[in-house]
Amino acid sequence: MNKINGNFLDIGYMDTLAGADSPVHRLDPRSKLITTLIFIVAVVSFDKYAISALLPFFIFPVVMISIAGLPARYILKKVLLISPFAILVAICNPFLDRNILFQIGGINISGGWVSFISILLRFFLTVTAALVLVASTGFNAVCLALSKLGLPKPFVMQLLFLYRYIFVLLEETERLSRARALRSFNNTAMKLTTFTSLISHLLLRTLDRAQRIYLAMCCRGFDGNVRLIRSMKKGRSEIIFVAGWAILFIILRYWNIPLYVGAFITRRSL
Amino acid sequence: MHMADALISPAVGGAMWAVSAGLIAYSAKKVREEADDRKVPLMGVLGAFIFAAQMINFSIPATGSSGHLGGGIILAIILGPYAAFLVMASVLIVQALFFADGGLLALGCNIFNLGFFPAFIAYPLIYRKIAGDALSSKRIMAGAVIAAIIGLQLGAFGVVLETVFSGISELPFRAFVLLMQPIHLAIGIVEGLVTAAVVTFVWKARPEILGAVNRPAAIGKVDTKRVLVGLLAVAALTAGALSWFASANPDGLEWAMFRISGKEELESIDPVHVSASRIQEKTAFLPDYGFKKTESAQVFTDVNSFEAAVKPSWPAVDPGTSVSGLVGGALTIGLVFLIGLLLRRRAPRTAV
Repeated sequence: MNKINGNFLDIGYMDTLAGADSPVHRLDPRSKLITTLIFIVAVVSFDKYAISALLPFFIFPVVMISIAGLPARYILKKVLLISPFAILVAICNPFLDRNILFQIGGINISGGWVSFISILLRFFLTVTAALVLVASTGFNAVCLALSKLGLPKPFVMQLLFLYRYIFVLLEETERLSRARALRSFNNTAMKLTTFTSLISHLLLRTLDRAQRIYLAMCCRGFDGNVRLIRSMKKGRSEIIFVAGWAILFIILRYWNIPLYVGAFITRRSL
Repeated sequence: MHMADALISPAVGGAMWAVSAGLIAYSAKKVREEADDRKVPLMGVLGAFIFAAQMINFSIPATGSSGHLGGGIILAIILGPYAAFLVMASVLIVQALFFADGGLLALGCNIFNLGFFPAFIAYPLIYRKIAGDALSSKRIMAGAVIAAIIGLQLGAFGVVLETVFSGISELPFRAFVLLMQPIHLAIGIVEGLVTAAVVTFVWKARPEILGAVNRPAAIGKVDTKRVLVGLLAVAALTAGALSWFASANPDGLEWAMFRISGKEELESIDPVHVSASRIQEKTAFLPDYGFKKTESAQVFTDVNSFEAAVKPSWPAVDPGTSVSGLVGGALTIGLVFLIGLLLRRRAPRTAV
C-alpha cells in the first residue's frame, strides 16, 4: 500500500520539477534527449576496468542539476533506491575475477574489485542522466521529441495516454489495496487468490473506463486522428548545447584526463 | 527487475535497440492498419492498468517471498500481439524514465525480453494453439501457464545472453543460466496461474472482450515475417555463439606471410600508410574483432598465467568476438535489407 502511494507522488513530483524555468528547461527537448543518449553510449562503451576515465563524466549530470536547479538529494535518493539490483549482479565480479591488477601500499587489488567499482560508477552516471533528463524536460515533451525524431505516431499516442491515465489507475489501485488491507486483521501479505480477484475487478473497471473515455472522445469530435501540438524550436543554443557536450564526451572517452593530470602532478612532486 | 545500463556494452545495447525499434515500427504499422478507433484509449488505459498492477506485491505460496505481475500475456490475450507489444514497450519506457528501473540504453533489451517473447512467441505459438478457439477453464489454465513459463524462460535467457555478450559482468554463462532459469520457472508458474485466473474471470463475466481479437495470417499462406525472424535468429546465433569456435590460428594469408617474412602483417614506413593506420587505430570500434584493450599494465603472478593471457585459447570465448560477430551480422543483414528495399522501389509493380 505504501509502495503505491510513494510511487504515485513520485511521478507527479518529476512533472513539477519539469515545469520550472531555467536555461536548461527552455532548451528544445530533442537536444536534451540526444545529448543524454550520447552520454550514455560514451559511458557504457568503456572497457570493464575503467575507473579514472569515468570520473570526468560526472560533470554532465552535475552541471545539468546545478543549472536546472533540481534537488540533488532527491535524485541521489532515487538512485540509491534502485542500486541494490546493480550491486547484486556486480558483487559476483570480485569473486570470479581474481587476477591481481596492481598494488596499493602492499594490498593486492584484484581485477574483480576494479570492475565492480567500474560497474557502480557506470550505473550511477547513466541512471542520474536519465532522471535529470525527465526532471528537466517532462514526460510529454520527451514523447513529442521522440515523435519528431521518428517514433511512430501510434506509439507516441500510446505513451501519452498511458501517462495521462497512470495517475487515475494508481489512485484506483490504491483504494482497492487499502480496502483489502483495512479488512484483513494481521495479514499484511496478500494471498494469490486475493490478488487475482483484485486485479480481475480492476481489469473490468479499466475496460469500462476505456469504453467511457472512447465515447467521451467521440462526443468531442474524435475521428481516429490524434493531433499533437508541437511547439519546438531548433535554435543556436540547441546546436551549441548538443555539439559542445558531444565534443566533450568524445574527448573524455578517448583521452583519460585524470591519468594525465595525476601523472603530471606526481612527477612534479617527485 | 530490468537490465541496467551498467551491465550492457554499447554494441549489445545498440543492436537490441535496433531490433526493438524495428518491432515497434512494425507493430505500430499493424495497429494503424487495423484502424480500430476504440483501441486508442483502450491501449493507454490497459497500459496504466498493467503499471498499477505491477505495483501490488502478493505473497507467493509455499515460499514466503513476494512477487508481482508481468502482464505481457494478459495484454496479448485482450489486445492481440501487436498492440500488446506496444503497450508493454510504453510501460517499460515509463518505468525506465521515471523510476530508473532499467537503463535507457538497456531499454531495447528490456523491451525485447519482456515484450517480444510474451507477445509474439508465447501468445500466438502457445496460448492460441491451446486455448485459441474453444475456450474452457482447463484450456485457459493450461495455455496460460505454459505460455507464461516459456515466455519467462525465453526472457530470462535473453537477459543472460545480453549480459554475457556485453562482457562487463564477470558472471560466466553457465552459472548465470543455472541461476536465472530455475527462478524464472517458479515466477513463470505463478504468472501463468494469475493470468489464467484473470482471463477465466473476464471470460465468465464479459466473454465478448476475449472474442474481439481478430486473427491475422490466413491459413495456407506462409508467414514471411516468421521466416525472416527465424533467419535472423539463426544469424544471431551463428554470429554470436559459433564465432567462438572460429579458429584462433592465423588465416591462410597470415600463415603464408609468416612463413615468408617471419611476421603476420607487413609494417609500412610510408607516411600515408602510417597516418592512415593511426586514424584507423583511433576509430576502430572493435579492432581485430575484439574489444579494444586500453593501455593498462598487467601484473602476472607466475609464468602460467602469463602464458594463458598471451596464448589465444580455443574456443575463443571472447565476448568481444561474439559481439563483433553479432554486430557484423546485424550490419550485414541491415545492408541487405536496405538494398532489397531500394531495389523494390525501383522495380515497377505489375498489376495483380
